[in-house]
Amino acid sequence: MNLQAVRSIYLYEMARFFRSMIQSFVSPVISTSLYFIVFGAAIGSRIQEVEGISYGAFIVPGLIMLSVITQAISNGSFGIYFPKFVGTVFEILSAPVNYFEIILGYVGAAATKALFIGVVILGTSFFFVDITIAHPLAMVLFLVLTSVSFSLLGFILGIWAKSFEQLQLVPLLIVTPLIFLGGSFYSITMLPPFWQTVTLFNPVVYLISGFRWAFFGVADVPVLISLVAISGFLGVCLLFVAWIFRSGWRLRS
Amino acid sequence: MSEILSVKNLGKSYDTGFTALKNVNLDIEEGEILALLGPNGAGKTTLISIICGIANITSGSVTVGGYDIGRDYRKARNLIGLVPQEINLEPFEKVINTVRFSRGLFGKKPDDAFIEKILRKLSLWDKRNNRTMELSGGMRRRVLIAKALCHEPRILFLDEPTAGVDVELRKDMWEVVAELKKDGVTIILTTHYIEEAEAIADRIAVINKGEILLVEGKDSLMQRMGQKCMTIELHEPIPAVPDSLSAYGLELGSDGTSLVYTYDTRAERTGITKLLSDLSEAGLVLKDLQTQQNSLEDIFVGLVKENAA
Repeated sequence: MNLQAVRSIYLYEMARFFRSMIQSFVSPVISTSLYFIVFGAAIGSRIQEVEGISYGAFIVPGLIMLSVITQAISNGSFGIYFPKFVGTVFEILSAPVNYFEIILGYVGAAATKALFIGVVILGTSFFFVDITIAHPLAMVLFLVLTSVSFSLLGFILGIWAKSFEQLQLVPLLIVTPLIFLGGSFYSITMLPPFWQTVTLFNPVVYLISGFRWAFFGVADVPVLISLVAISGFLGVCLLFVAWIFRSGWRLRS
Repeated sequence: MSEILSVKNLGKSYDTGFTALKNVNLDIEEGEILALLGPNGAGKTTLISIICGIANITSGSVTVGGYDIGRDYRKARNLIGLVPQEINLEPFEKVINTVRFSRGLFGKKPDDAFIEKILRKLSLWDKRNNRTMELSGGMRRRVLIAKALCHEPRILFLDEPTAGVDVELRKDMWEVVAELKKDGVTIILTTHYIEEAEAIADRIAVINKGEILLVEGKDSLMQRMGQKCMTIELHEPIPAVPDSLSAYGLELGSDGTSLVYTYDTRAERTGITKLLSDLSEAGLVLKDLQTQQNSLEDIFVGLVKENAA
């Protein structure tokens, strides 16, 4: 195991993050505050409690998931796409590292950044609403699993993408709608029965539901199913990445 | 000397059906400088990419320091440093950080003293805190060399190190290469500047259309295939080569005042003495004589043409 290489990739990627610290730190704080003002204070004041939880508090897990997922994907995809774009990827491919070490470095860094954003948003939300976390360990587990698996998805997108446009395409057209329609800002029990069934095909529902359970002890779907879903997703991503490196798809000619 | 790199029956073809390399065999001795010479698209970069692990192998095998590049890729790649053709650097990164990154990537512990030594050798130490985008093209190429050397490889690949570089920088680069050779680094460089191969290589391999046409010591190659030209300048212009001199295959210059005689340095007799006496017998008065050794360029063009025929 070339731990030195893992460390190098990880620290190099984190350095990029720290270089743009203001952007990394300030932008999630501002956007979260805006969500709280708009959804929590303005709209939320007209919505009754959802499943016994004030609406402002109810949206916190969804808000964290929204940012963690989008940040994980964008960090994970940019981390590997940028070296491909400027041509420095040759160095990674010609180094004595295996794919697992490459992933550990890149995805590890992307997931760390996403986790950091998640924690910042959680911290910000304490200023706006009262929250007590019912199952802190489960919350951390969900947060870590989500960060890692979506960073991995981002990593795959970064390898797949041939242009900056493609890099934005999947997050914009698929992931963001799935998150918004996955119950970030509402309980799926609020939907008409037909749409409730449709929603169950949205994988993000299981994530947000599980994460919300960790906070409030209430869930749209059983928490075990949520855990299986996110673990399964992680497994699929890992298998796909393993195949990419074995075949050299979009990396080695 | 022992082989440090051995390429056996290497073939590379793409899904499109294009064959980039055909049955390439090449052995490189430790400590030598080999110039891989060939026109654009000959397969030079493909060969290097396969050895370094950037492109997949289709058939054949490659060993570096005795390690197979597939089975023992870690040990093989540890011995290799690669300076790519394109200047690929992260524009916003500081010189020293990008060099440190490369060292770590190859599994070496941080060693700032060693990195300082390399940066000083390449005259980059003063620029260590500059972002790479602030450097000139020549300096950026040096950063790539520093990155390739910072994990202490025993073989260095230089893929067209002086493409698009002005004459002065090119000479500069040759000095760097000579220095590295002194340190015992084996160097394989690709180039389509014959001048470059002639100036710094110990051996030359000519590649065209994915096939190695020859591998030979530079000096013996030039001697073996070298032809010389003698240009004879005449006092008075002549309308045509006199019949009495037809056996020499002389070429008459366009203004009629010069004759070019081509001869083989390997031949027992060059025929020069006889030619000179025949010239004076024909009543031609000589003004000046010049001889010129054929360059590698001529040899190369000849070989590639032969191969195409």
